[in-house]
Amino acid sequence: MKIGVCIKQVPARDAPLAIADDGGWIREADIGFEMNEPDGYALEEALRLKEKHGGEVVVVSLGPERAKQTIKEALAKGADRAIHVVDAGFYRLDPLASARSLAEVLRPESPDLILTGLQSDDNGFGQTGVLLAQLLGLPHSTIIMQIEMTEGKLKVKRELEAGWFQLMELPLPAVLTIQSGINKPRYATLKGIMAAKKKEIRSVGRESLGLADQPTQKLQRIYVPQKSKKTEFLTGSAKDAAAKLLEKLRHEARVV
Amino acid sequence: MKILVVAEQRQGKWNPVSFETLAAAQQLAEKTSGSLVAALLGSGVAPLAEELAARQVDEVLLADHPLLEPYTADGFTATLLQVVARASPDLVLFPHTYQVRDFAPKLAAALGKGMIGDTVGYRYENGQFVFVRQMFQGRTNADVAFAGDPPWFASIQAGAFRSDLSAGRSQGKAPVAKIAIDLEPGQIRAKPLELFREAKQAVDLTQAQIIVSIGRGIKEKANIALAEKLAKLLGGELAASRPICDEGWLPMDRQIGSSGQTVAPKLYLALGISGAIQHVVGMKGARTIAAINKDPNAPIFEVADYGIVGDLFEIVPALIALLESSGSQ
Ligand SMILES: Cc1cc2nc3c(=O)[nH]c(=O)nc-3n(C[C@H](O)[C@H](O)[C@H](O)COP(=O)(O)OP(=O)(O)OC[C@H]3O[C@@H](n4cnc5c(N)ncnc54)[C@H](O)[C@@H]3O)c2cc1C
Ligand SMILES: Nc1ncnc2c1ncn2[C@@H]1O[C@H](COP(=O)(O)O)[C@@H](O)[C@H]1O
Repeated sequence: MKIGVCIKQVPARDAPLAIADDGGWIREADIGFEMNEPDGYALEEALRLKEKHGGEVVVVSLGPERAKQTIKEALAKGADRAIHVVDAGFYRLDPLASARSLAEVLRPESPDLILTGLQSDDNGFGQTGVLLAQLLGLPHSTIIMQIEMTEGKLKVKRELEAGWFQLMELPLPAVLTIQSGINKPRYATLKGIMAAKKKEIRSVGRESLGLADQPTQKLQRIYVPQKSKKTEFLTGSAKDAAAKLLEKLRHEARVV
Repeated sequence: MKILVVAEQRQGKWNPVSFETLAAAQQLAEKTSGSLVAALLGSGVAPLAEELAARQVDEVLLADHPLLEPYTADGFTATLLQVVARASPDLVLFPHTYQVRDFAPKLAAALGKGMIGDTVGYRYENGQFVFVRQMFQGRTNADVAFAGDPPWFASIQAGAFRSDLSAGRSQGKAPVAKIAIDLEPGQIRAKPLELFREAKQAVDLTQAQIIVSIGRGIKEKANIALAEKLAKLLGGELAASRPICDEGWLPMDRQIGSSGQTVAPKLYLALGISGAIQHVVGMKGARTIAAINKDPNAPIFEVADYGIVGDLFEIVPALIALLESSGSQ
């Protein structure tokens, strides 16, 4: 069984965000990057399926050179090899163009199962997995909280709104988008980190994929939203601010 | 401009975001002096189509077919391809629901088109739509325009538009056209099985008057005791954002948000919660919202009445000391 896992490197969650002068993206210079959170859960799910059913886990990532670091982390955790679609200007791609690039390198691999995270922390499209399924002609299911595999069939638990779930059965090959919390991701061991050094990372320039440039949407500008609500900010030392807050809650809002 | 809105129902019940999307579409139709068609998919949903027809639309397209209940991505995509072919809209709008996330990108891609997803606003300038969507977990917005020829696809975030714009002003009824849908069982590859809710619900946060809620800013499981102490002094319940429950630090039934509980206490005190939309939908109905976050640009301050920009590990102990010295009320 071959499992493809799409992993994206995104700005670290507590990195201070500054928008680039042209408003096209953020300033990357002073911030750290990490694996998109649900992708870590998708990777863990792939590793567990491999441990149970045998096979291979292939990591696929589209991003600039810096994404290698996150790819190596995935290899250290136990993925077998990786394909890195390199594009320094990846952030200009719309969801379809980015999914096409990933589909292009996944297609010749013909994985039995493709896992993605349900949403990326930076773009937050929430589309890539579904687009991959369409582009590769595969069935899919989204926001998955449990995977069982028996005799070439998948049984998955889909999360719906407000605490509802649904069980679904799908034939293989298929694409699933994974929700955070589906498992407890492992940490890389020292042995894993050493082993990763010998694992293959195949770099493919995105331009070499020969995809036509057909944007369906254009990101014009990123900006900090104007606040529309009047929040009353309470300032001063921790003690002062705390006292002011309590005062407000007691005598203005009268909720304490 | 011709606009098609795809309304959502499940098992005969409306998803209310449908009406917010309809209201957005009405504005857009007005701005562009265009027309508005609403589509409804399901099995045995003709009465719902009649309801839609009374909501200021020009036409309702009803796709009623036994294979559309329960929902499947394959069934809905195949059906909507036919609906879109029939309506030939310029713009197709969806409510941004879990169901729409599951099939709309596929539908757009099947036509070689793209979707601008989860939008919170729009502008119409020089004959072009610019949609606003959030990025970086709500820390920034982005203006996004369509490129290429219509049909264009977009989805609308829950809460971004008020639905009452479209509710009351019905001016007669639009015609309902039932379209013959070509759909075979063999086209549907996934098999939906049972729908259920996780049974055990130890706490009912919907009844709580005061909720102290923690997010990833709490850093470690051991620190939860601090928030717990504050909750106790305030006579409230402890709740959390999703990552805290994903880690197993608090049980799932204390999770607030789109995939957790929706609460409306007198006071919601958010500690180290960034305020992602999936969290905010579960608590924005609170009467008073107070937030403590070290990031002045955290989106939680967009919904907070009172805010303290600072380190929760300094402010919470100060709150506790004050409550202890005054004796909680
Ligand atoms: C389909 C879907 C469904 C989802 N459902 C839910 C849901 O039901 N509920 C939910 O909550 N989320 C849900 N999410 C996840 C959601 O998008 C966010 O990822 C999540 O809410 C973030 O949690 P957080 O605010 O605790 O963490 P973060 O976003 O990491 O924020 C932590 C915050 O803590 C602040 N902070 C850090 N240290 C300190 C300190 N010392 N003092 C003060 N502040 C500090 C930081 O400034 C930051 O703002 C869902 C996501 C998806 C895609
Ligand atoms: N550039 C990328 N490289 C690898 N995987 C990606 C990339 N962009 C998106 N994905 C995958 O698609 C998921 C959803 O991303 P998005 O559609 O951007 O919200 C992510 O969680 C990843 O698994």
